[in-house]
Amino acid sequence: MWDYTEKVMDHFYNPRNVGEIEDADGVGEVGSLACGDALTLYFKLDENKKIKDAKFKTFGCASAIASSSALTEMIRGKTIEEAEKVTNQDIAAFLGGLPEQKMHCSVMGREALDAAIENYRTGKTVQAKKIEGKVICTCFGVTEKEIERAVRENKLTTVEQVTHYTKAGGGCGGCHPAIEEIIARVRAETAVGATNEARPAKLTTIQRIKLVEETLEREIKPQLKRDGGDIELIDVEGSKVVVALRGMCSNCAAAGATLREVVEAKLKEFVSDDIFVEEEKR
Amino acid sequence: MNVYLDNNATTRVAPEVLEAMLPYFKDEYGNPSSMHSVGGRVKKEIEAARAKVAELIGADPQEIVFTSCGTESDNTAIRGALEASSGKKHIITSRVEHPAVLSTVRYLEKRGYSLTELPVDRQGMIDMSEYEAAFREDTGLVSIMWANNETGVIFPIHEMAEIARGKGVVFHTDAVQAAGKLKIDMKDTPADLLSISGHKLHAPKGIGVLYVRRGTPMTPFMLGGHQESGRRAGTENVPYIVGLGRAAELAIAGMAEENTRIKSLRDKLEKALLEKCPDAMLNGHPEHRLPNTTNISFEFVEGEAILLMLNREGIAASSGSACTSGSLEPSHVMRAMGVPFTAAHGSIRFSLSRYNEEPEMDYVAEKLPPIIKRLRELSPFVKK
Repeated sequence: MWDYTEKVMDHFYNPRNVGEIEDADGVGEVGSLACGDALTLYFKLDENKKIKDAKFKTFGCASAIASSSALTEMIRGKTIEEAEKVTNQDIAAFLGGLPEQKMHCSVMGREALDAAIENYRTGKTVQAKKIEGKVICTCFGVTEKEIERAVRENKLTTVEQVTHYTKAGGGCGGCHPAIEEIIARVRAETAVGATNEARPAKLTTIQRIKLVEETLEREIKPQLKRDGGDIELIDVEGSKVVVALRGMCSNCAAAGATLREVVEAKLKEFVSDDIFVEEEKR
Repeated sequence: MNVYLDNNATTRVAPEVLEAMLPYFKDEYGNPSSMHSVGGRVKKEIEAARAKVAELIGADPQEIVFTSCGTESDNTAIRGALEASSGKKHIITSRVEHPAVLSTVRYLEKRGYSLTELPVDRQGMIDMSEYEAAFREDTGLVSIMWANNETGVIFPIHEMAEIARGKGVVFHTDAVQAAGKLKIDMKDTPADLLSISGHKLHAPKGIGVLYVRRGTPMTPFMLGGHQESGRRAGTENVPYIVGLGRAAELAIAGMAEENTRIKSLRDKLEKALLEKCPDAMLNGHPEHRLPNTTNISFEFVEGEAILLMLNREGIAASSGSACTSGSLEPSHVMRAMGVPFTAAHGSIRFSLSRYNEEPEMDYVAEKLPPIIKRLRELSPFVKK
């Protein structure tokens, strides 16, 4: 059984704002019966251009219904510009969190909101699903753009996570390599972005390198040495930390896992959340 | 009211079974292989349990091998029979098998075996001419379930096993859902291997059986000591074997009830739900079906939502919906049957046991229709 929060269960058992708005200013429709969940979102603005009423109809599991209900509560009283800033993480947070495999329900909420706002602005007839750009996952009809956005906004690092958030890759699995490429590309972009960002208020580059070194010495090396391995710091570029595995680690089959689960996890914990680790290319 | 209608997932341990097991956690701790009476007494009880299980399926006690679960029995049967089949590399199975079989044969397919997965029709049945045509020169094994866990659909195992025997191919059947519910007689069913799971017939989880017809070439899966006549190494799980023996005894005694009282409760529930809920339909063949199982699709609503609403009313059932498993696609059985997506996501299975009573059926028939109505009010696919 899923470990749903009380708030999810409350919004599932007692969903707020169920229904349709006949003369809605914006209508957004996403998902399909085939996908196993679908949502139609309606909103109506008042004279000050604030959302005075939002309603929904959802086909889906408990978290899909709860996410829709939460979304309508969240956008009421907001202007379009404010509503536009609502992310899928905000929806999940409003509900006290969702199981990772159910995050796609919050993404569906955000997509419906986007579609409704688009409909309000352009007056375009609402389509069941707007296909923009290349479709990566043909089983669930997920586009490159949608995957990129989910990876960026939720800092996703694995194909499995992408599936939990967008459903992409959850069918035949044929698109897994393409999803991996997208993850790598988006992560590289965010890494560049991070160096340009004004972070010095927190850490200067020198401080950051020092902290990485200290964490390697204190937290990581002892653990690797127990298994006869070692690690050397090669470079730090922004949030990218380049290392070389030595000793037993250098030809260990589990080196990739060590890098992610030990090295990267510790650096994230002690240095900064946006750190990612790469092995020196030989 | 608490109503448990998920007996194809697992069953309540019968109080008689627990009672029978308790001494083997306390005073009767002997190892059945030992050369003293502490072990000897236990050995006798294991053999008594073996005889009871044999009786349940019309087998010889020597043909009964105790395992740890149904999955182990399936794995042992498939891999053991193929290994002993001297290079035959083709397997025949169906698309609706339990994952214990399907994952095993697909694993083997990746390692050089070739696999035929027979399709099923809209009612979940296999086309017999298609089955016969699937045999090849190098077919080493057929594995077809006796009854389907999701729909309860029963395959004509007698006929299918006979065809396999005619072609000299070993026939395995996963009878996890059938054992205890249907009369099984291995004396006139020409299958060679058959799997049973204890916890589906009111024994606890952690005990299974593999029936191995005498003379069937089999390589053991677990290697070690000489237990189970060398067919399954590992010290016997004594309390659970004793428990399963008692459960088999109860199942033999309750077989008639299963096919009369329980069946009529199931029929009553099914009829009431199909009548009271519009856009509801039965999944699976209406006749060739286990007496305790019904699988109904409620169109335009999603299974997990139905289950959680039922749960709030104290009713336990299960669903073929994608959301309940954490996978993204509805059950492979529903898809193989070609149940439309609109219905597959909203499929609910009710599976009964001897512990269910008539007022429970009335209770479910009263509670479910308003839940479906309510969820349909939320659904964008149901227009006003």
